[in-house]
Amino acid sequence: MSHAEGSYYLPELSHWPLVGSIGLFLATGGFAYALIYGIDGALGNMTVSYIGLAIVIFMLFGWFGTVIKESMAGKYNSQVDTSFRMGMMWFILSEVMFFAAFFGALYYMRNFSVPWLGGAGNNAMTNAILHEGFQAVWPTNGPANVGGDYKVMPATGLPLWNTIILLTSGVTLTWAHHALKAGKNSQLVLGLFLTVVLGVVFLSFQVYEYGHAYNDLNLKLTTGAYGTTFFMLTGFHGFHVFVGATMLIVMLVRAMKGHFTAEHHFAFEAAAWYWHFVDVVWLGLFIFVYWLI
Amino acid sequence: MSDHPTGIKRWLFTTNHKDIGTMYLWFAFTMLFIGGAMAMVIRAELFQPGMQVVNPNFFNMMTTLHGLIMVFGAIMPAMVGFANWQVPLMIGAPDMALPRMNNWSFWILPFAAIMLVAPMFIGGDFMAGQGPAFGWTFYEPLSGQYDKLAFFIFAVHLLGFSSIMGSINIIATILNMRAPGMTLMKMPLFVWTWLITAFLLIAVMPVLAGVVTMMLTDKHFGTSFFDAAGGGDPVLFQHVFWFFGHPEVYIMILPAFGIVSQIIPTFARKPLFGYASMVYATAAIAFLSFIVWAHHMFTVGMPAAGELYFMYATVMIAVPTAVKVFNWVATMWKGSMTFEVPMLWSIAFVFLFTIGGFTGLMLGVVPVDFQYHDTYFVVAHFHYVLVTGSLFAIIAGVYYWLPKWTGHMFDIRLSKIHFWVSAISVNILFFPQHFLGLAGMPRRIPDYALQFTEFNQISSIGAFIFGGTQLLFLYIIIKCIKGGDKVSDEVWEDAKGLEWEVPSPAPYHTHATPPTVK
Ligand code: HEM
Ligand SMILES: [Cu+2]
Repeated sequence: MSHAEGSYYLPELSHWPLVGSIGLFLATGGFAYALIYGIDGALGNMTVSYIGLAIVIFMLFGWFGTVIKESMAGKYNSQVDTSFRMGMMWFILSEVMFFAAFFGALYYMRNFSVPWLGGAGNNAMTNAILHEGFQAVWPTNGPANVGGDYKVMPATGLPLWNTIILLTSGVTLTWAHHALKAGKNSQLVLGLFLTVVLGVVFLSFQVYEYGHAYNDLNLKLTTGAYGTTFFMLTGFHGFHVFVGATMLIVMLVRAMKGHFTAEHHFAFEAAAWYWHFVDVVWLGLFIFVYWLI
Repeated sequence: MSDHPTGIKRWLFTTNHKDIGTMYLWFAFTMLFIGGAMAMVIRAELFQPGMQVVNPNFFNMMTTLHGLIMVFGAIMPAMVGFANWQVPLMIGAPDMALPRMNNWSFWILPFAAIMLVAPMFIGGDFMAGQGPAFGWTFYEPLSGQYDKLAFFIFAVHLLGFSSIMGSINIIATILNMRAPGMTLMKMPLFVWTWLITAFLLIAVMPVLAGVVTMMLTDKHFGTSFFDAAGGGDPVLFQHVFWFFGHPEVYIMILPAFGIVSQIIPTFARKPLFGYASMVYATAAIAFLSFIVWAHHMFTVGMPAAGELYFMYATVMIAVPTAVKVFNWVATMWKGSMTFEVPMLWSIAFVFLFTIGGFTGLMLGVVPVDFQYHDTYFVVAHFHYVLVTGSLFAIIAGVYYWLPKWTGHMFDIRLSKIHFWVSAISVNILFFPQHFLGLAGMPRRIPDYALQFTEFNQISSIGAFIFGGTQLLFLYIIIKCIKGGDKVSDEVWEDAKGLEWEVPSPAPYHTHATPPTVK
């Protein structure tokens, strides 16, 4: 149906949600299948999962493409804009809670489970009988020395650089935002470009750091509590940086095409919020995973 | 009115809140019967001591899938179905705020359900029980032993994804789409309870996603979250799970509170007593639900300070809960009450939910819980709050709004039979379980000592009657959709609220131009 100008935009039928559901189903189901029955089966068991992933990516292009087209056609009034903003904000809150679960696990291990294994509280006998000689110090790979001897990843060096890089990227992004509001498109493009570059540098450093950890420090995902929390937290964060950087690249392309106006640029702001969120998570990581050891 | 799409595409690709609400409700109803069939298997096995019908692993699989399907497949989607149908109608919005995402939230669900139950049928002998069999709470390290765990984990991820998107949509709708004049404190209580529920969902579903992700990496990628050898702890699983799990039980009951708070004023012909206190009580319950989770873990070996703190925090929830119960009673006090079918279910809700609330209080007391934990007493508790609480409210809501949705009155005689048989049999089913639990019968065990036989038989008989009666519900609904006496726009005498101002049946698009409130 078509609505009078200014009323809330109600979209027509859309096949993208169903496509997305099928994609997710194949991607996750295929992955589960591969995990259970072996990743390197004769035909490559991940095939189904990759097909699913491709469908999801196809869906994202199609769906967001539709939304961008509708937005450029001026179908969205300010109320629709508010709905989008709320959607993004609450989505970010859900992401915060996802990280909270992993930070919570880190907190629990450092303050409860590891000290208890070391005999704290009323666990002296547990320690004496089951884990004799185990000293509760963080970082640790547990009483069984899971994953073998390892070295700790120092906070100075690359992690510190990465902190500076991400913080700087927050600044360049804010600069781009101000430029956008002032209607200076070339500054906007430059600011976005710098932010993306910084994001990519961050990710490359992270990859390098992982290589260093695996090859030189014998610090792996399988290195007990320390390796588990280190790689799961930094890994999920890195993935979010990747997603955020992808969003920013899309924004960069759109900015170059002149999609944004000083009044109408929700997509840019959503990506910016996401980037700042990723930034803040990193600060938490830097403090609790790298620094306070 | 044929300005709307037809055929299969209408349902697959729809962006209409009423279509999506209908699909949610039918999905939930289907799941109710699948989960219900599993419950029948459980009660058949428990009819006599010894092993009769299925083997122990199959029994465990039944309890596991029954719980998961009822929680994630029946109760939650039914509540979202109500939200889809009613929230836009009640706040005067043309549709949900994000209609396409709304469709996605729904269409993930059937796929998630398939992923959840498919392992039952994959590989080997069906009767050996191939599916998940570690309880709906999937405690580590037991669940980590299951070879097809990954399917379960991704099913939970998909369910979480659906819930989060659904909740974002509901919040955006309520905060952004209200008709002019519909201030927050004028919103119908159902809308309020869903606003707060959606907030809870957004806060805790990601934590559930987190905990299953930890299980996945522990099993397949060698991490040590729940492995003491590496410095982790299986108890960590319980903490993270219940940080999700306790708010989850309120996710299932708050919208039920909302439904009942709509119905009782209508048939008592009085405005809801203490509207503002209802809102604050709901918010208080939601807040408290984040800080009581370890009352499920009293016997796990927590430090005494932890036990005490979680006990005090838990019993505090009784205060806002009691505020609600007293308000419902006070709403009925001196009202011109009539006992239409939705009202019958709502009054039963108030009575029976309160019983469940009391047993909850008992369980919240640490020394007592040491005896009750993991017995049938807990099973009785949560079935009183979930079946005679959430499910009864859902049924009440269906009877209350079905005439608005279909334009027809349902068969009143049959629905009264449905009510009375259900209300009596549900007590035959669950009340004896209190005694069983107090006498020490453990939950999740397919066999039991001889002295528990009578109460188990009574319970099973109640179960078969209760289960069978729900087929009558299905018949009543289908009959009502097909035809019946035409109802007025108002449906119920003097019913208040925007939903009663639109025609019956509610047309495909409502409130295209927002109404003005007061
Ligand atoms: C008055 C408020 C309530 C209190 C104080 C309370 C307290 C408790 C406690 C202490 C337990 C743990 C018992 C044990 O395992 O030993 C428990 C279990 C449970 N409660 Fe409640 N409860 C309340 C209301 C509710 C409501 C409203 C619901 C759902 C609608 C609910 C659903 C459950 C469920 C599902 C379990 C069992 C979880 C399992 O499988 O172990 N409770 N409750
Ligand atoms: Cu609880």
